[in-house]
Amino acid sequence: MTAVEEIAIGKRNGTAALRRLAIVPAYNEERTIEAVVQAIRQDAPEFKVLVVDDGSTDRTARLAEAAGAEVLVHPFNLGIGGAMQSGYRYAFRQGYDFAIQIDGDGQHDPAEVRSLIEAIDADGVDMAYGSRFLVNSGYRAPIGRRLGIRLFSVVLSAICRQKITDPTSGFRLCNRRAIELFARDYPHDYPEVEAILMVHAHRLRMREVPVLMHPRRDGRSSITRGESIYYMIKVMLAIFVGLFRRRPVPEAGAEAPVVAERGI
Amino acid sequence: MDTKLQLLAIAASGILLLIIFELLRRRRLIERYALIWLGSGVVLLVLAVWTGLLEIVSKALGIAYPPNALFAFAFGFVLLLLMHFSIAISRLSGETKVLAQDVARLDRELRELRAAQGTEAEQPGSELVSEPRR
Repeated sequence: MTAVEEIAIGKRNGTAALRRLAIVPAYNEERTIEAVVQAIRQDAPEFKVLVVDDGSTDRTARLAEAAGAEVLVHPFNLGIGGAMQSGYRYAFRQGYDFAIQIDGDGQHDPAEVRSLIEAIDADGVDMAYGSRFLVNSGYRAPIGRRLGIRLFSVVLSAICRQKITDPTSGFRLCNRRAIELFARDYPHDYPEVEAILMVHAHRLRMREVPVLMHPRRDGRSSITRGESIYYMIKVMLAIFVGLFRRRPVPEAGAEAPVVAERGI
Repeated sequence: MDTKLQLLAIAASGILLLIIFELLRRRRLIERYALIWLGSGVVLLVLAVWTGLLEIVSKALGIAYPPNALFAFAFGFVLLLLMHFSIAISRLSGETKVLAQDVARLDRELRELRAAQGTEAEQPGSELVSEPRR
């Protein structure tokens, strides 16, 4: 980024240059990671790119670094929740003001980052996330997945008292408060739905923004059919139990509301 | 089964379910394992409420004495669960080993960097290494 651009961005926000981080969780994405990193650097140049390589056994980390990303490498696979939390912890520790989460498989379009930024700028929400279902994009998920998303959407909309059409979307922009929340506590596996519930429970504000998403470039989801049944049950249980959990509003310097698993 | 005993069995499995729920709420148990225990709690509750079920199942399997069916299932379930935990512990110890090795490597690299910068030269090995508690 040139200095002129940096000043322009700073002026637009009325502050000295805000620090923005794009977190890209990736597990064996050597076929798409370079293109994803390059697309972010081109279409959202005010974002630094952090690729969290979640224990890949292929060249994901090397290719990401060659494409100009900062890379965190997990020594083994922690799952998407662990990878995202690594990214949020990095963003928190390094003092970033905004962090956006972009999948490493190329289904999110970095050009759409603009609409998420505008949502946060205009509404002052703590988290803005892209929904595939607010505009008719011709996106058709398999029927089982559509039903699952619909179920989560109905349940979460009722709990959060606001319309949530795409709770499984992984295309999310967080401000500093939301970064801090997720740095302290992030759900284990299949985290997106529970993360929405956390945002609500900690009284942060969120907003959906219509976006288009590409079909995955190599056409497979990280979730297989057998896993999706476990996914449904696990997330419903987590939502239900979450209703009975006291959620402290995180404050800087306070003890983390969550301790790691003990005694296993 | 007489009524008092049945009520006791229902109460016991109800309490088991409550304990699992509370552990989950306090995050002492993650959902993955809670689901296994919730499942077994529900099965126990169903067996306690519907006392005829055990007889139907054991008859269908040709087991003469219904409680034996219960013991057989319980034993099989516990065996599977133990195997599952052995697998999980094996994975965890492998991961812990890798973490320790990586920390050792990072520690060495950090000391090399500091030495190269001429800043504080810390001695290798720390008195703070704690004995694992048995």
